[in-house]
Amino acid sequence: MARTTKRVGLLVTCLVDLIRPSVGFAAVKLLEDAECTVEVPPQTCCGQPAFNSGDRAAARAIAEQVIAAFEHYDYIVAPSGSCAAQLRVHYPELFQGDPNWQPRADAFAARTYELTQFLVDVLGGERLTARCEAIATYHDSCSSLRECGVHDQPRKLLASVEGLQLTEMAETETCCGFGGTFCVKFPDISDVMVTKKAANVAATGADLLLAGDLGCLLNIAGKLSREGKTIAVRHVAEVLAGTLERPPIGVPAKADRAPVAQEAGR
Amino acid sequence: MHQPTSARFKANAKAALADAELQKALHFVQTNFPQRRRDVAAKLPEFEALRDAARDIKNHTLAHLDLYLEAFENNATARGSQLHFAVTGDDANRIVLDLCRQYGARTVTKGKSMVGEEIGLNAYLEANGIDPVETDLGEYIIQIRHELPSHIIMPAVHLRKNQIEADFRRVHTSLPKDRNLDEPAALLAEARATLRAKFLAADVGITGANFLVAETGSAVIVTNEGNGDLTATLPRVHIVIASIEKLVPTLEDMAQLMRVLARSATAQEMSVYTTLMTGPRRGGDPDGPAEHHIVIVDNGRSAMLAGQFRDMLRCIRCGACLNHCPIYHAVGGHAYGWIYPGPMGAVLTPSLIGVDKAGQLPNASTFCGRCEEVCPVRIPLPRLMRFWREREFERRLSPATQRAGLKAWAFLARRPRLYRLMTAPAMQVLAWFGRKSGRFAALPLASGWTKVRDLPAPQGKTFQAQWRERGRQ
Repeated sequence: MARTTKRVGLLVTCLVDLIRPSVGFAAVKLLEDAECTVEVPPQTCCGQPAFNSGDRAAARAIAEQVIAAFEHYDYIVAPSGSCAAQLRVHYPELFQGDPNWQPRADAFAARTYELTQFLVDVLGGERLTARCEAIATYHDSCSSLRECGVHDQPRKLLASVEGLQLTEMAETETCCGFGGTFCVKFPDISDVMVTKKAANVAATGADLLLAGDLGCLLNIAGKLSREGKTIAVRHVAEVLAGTLERPPIGVPAKADRAPVAQEAGR
Repeated sequence: MHQPTSARFKANAKAALADAELQKALHFVQTNFPQRRRDVAAKLPEFEALRDAARDIKNHTLAHLDLYLEAFENNATARGSQLHFAVTGDDANRIVLDLCRQYGARTVTKGKSMVGEEIGLNAYLEANGIDPVETDLGEYIIQIRHELPSHIIMPAVHLRKNQIEADFRRVHTSLPKDRNLDEPAALLAEARATLRAKFLAADVGITGANFLVAETGSAVIVTNEGNGDLTATLPRVHIVIASIEKLVPTLEDMAQLMRVLARSATAQEMSVYTTLMTGPRRGGDPDGPAEHHIVIVDNGRSAMLAGQFRDMLRCIRCGACLNHCPIYHAVGGHAYGWIYPGPMGAVLTPSLIGVDKAGQLPNASTFCGRCEEVCPVRIPLPRLMRFWREREFERRLSPATQRAGLKAWAFLARRPRLYRLMTAPAMQVLAWFGRKSGRFAALPLASGWTKVRDLPAPQGKTFQAQWRERGRQ
């Protein structure tokens, strides 16, 4: 490992930790390939569910825990725009005016990045060695796009993946209807939104849907499979790292129902 | 007056989703306005800078609202306008009714006014024997349908042409049965003919205001139909009704705000008619009202000024946040249960009728941020909605099951070891059950999710468990 290596604390995010660890390992590989030292301190969640449900005290307590666990790293990176935005944008908001915590939260926020943003904007990487034979479309998750300013970074990186052709969907910047607890609090409205999103994905003719946030991906993948559509769904990190051993989201290890999904996963 | 049904947002939304005609109308909003606004903004290189300026003008005005109110009062009075201040909506209604009675008015024409809707002015006048006639086409249509506006600048955007035709045939009894109203222009002509007679008969005209200009004492309205001008100039008496946050310091400030208003609202460079109304008719004027009254309404604004929701008072009622909101696109304006729908309504309605009655509105958002992205005065709408959620949480207004779930989750989230002990085996169990299909079509405790979509199964061992197994830090 290079001597001038950057020490990165990886916020795996609760969804990746619990549901799709392969995304976390893809993120580790991408960072280590870029000569970073990666550590994963014990962690739970960024606190967003509490913050967005109005429980500011719990959100603050969790934020303090995350800051304390991660602030000694050079950089804090998350394979999720939504969690990165919580750390970058909302932690400073939570501690505004607190003489002890605000400076810590501000310094912490300034070193926190969404994964593709870190790879491109901080490490200056645009060339990868990954390979993936697929026609892919990329969904811009709201927090990545509007709170972190992530738009070109994943597209730049995907352009270097051999065999991958990117085709843009209509309304790629429109919310998929996940919205954390929104999707279970307002299932009828969420359904309309994810139905529109799934239709826009399908209309591209792509065989692979990518995004940088597992929340959106679980939502859209769940809708696509409910509608019987066999479009493979993966986190963008898996394709960028070339770690496609695990089947796409919502597809069993020995899939017999989704041949296209499997193919795109290879 | 319409009683708010915001507390029934979920039920309202469900009905709206099942309304096929409404869905067609909403499809028009979704597919039209965002693209058009993007195009018109792109044509103006300084558009983003203008949004900053618009925000700053409004912030400055709000910071010195007392000063500008006084300046407005002095300058408007000097030009012959008579000013009235109303603390509440009821006060404003009484002031307008008293004026109508003072001038012996039977029929009043009205230009579109959201604050008029807010205080229920039409119903109040009707209950007191005065016949108010809305003259904005959309507002006229919802008046004859006895509905609330479903959009703050396009009140009848929830309707389709055939529904409007049916309403005209129902209400305009002199309309020949064989008259062809297939074309929108024919509907417009029919409305125009009906309204023309009302304009001429009205004793008093009432309009709202987009801006009140402190330096000149002018009330400013923008319309696309010219109905505001006829309402303001034909009757002997003109009453302007406007809330206090409509103030701007100077004509220059107004001009700056106008540059973002129409572009954000209807993707026009400017509205068709912009009218500055300053005092009553003077000696040599060819037209204009003999008497000019301005009713300035507070109705909860000064309370907002001192609190967390002050940013909302920058709102210039352009409707861009509605036009870009995926929730509004799905359910339309009436689901919000009162007169202010969409993101701006989700913030403003709880301020005006109470979060206990309107708490669902700020919850009905994914915080996608598109509203804030297009707001011409950069109101942080998602943040303000979150503030309402915090108030709800503090006052224990959110559902008990939700609060208990959140509490249990937060307890775990603050104890990483216990969290890992609990979640790791749970994921393994779920993965085992989901191993054959890779997803769940139904799952106990997750019906909110699985009702409309599958739940992809977890892979198995958690990331943190695997990481430790590999002996890594």
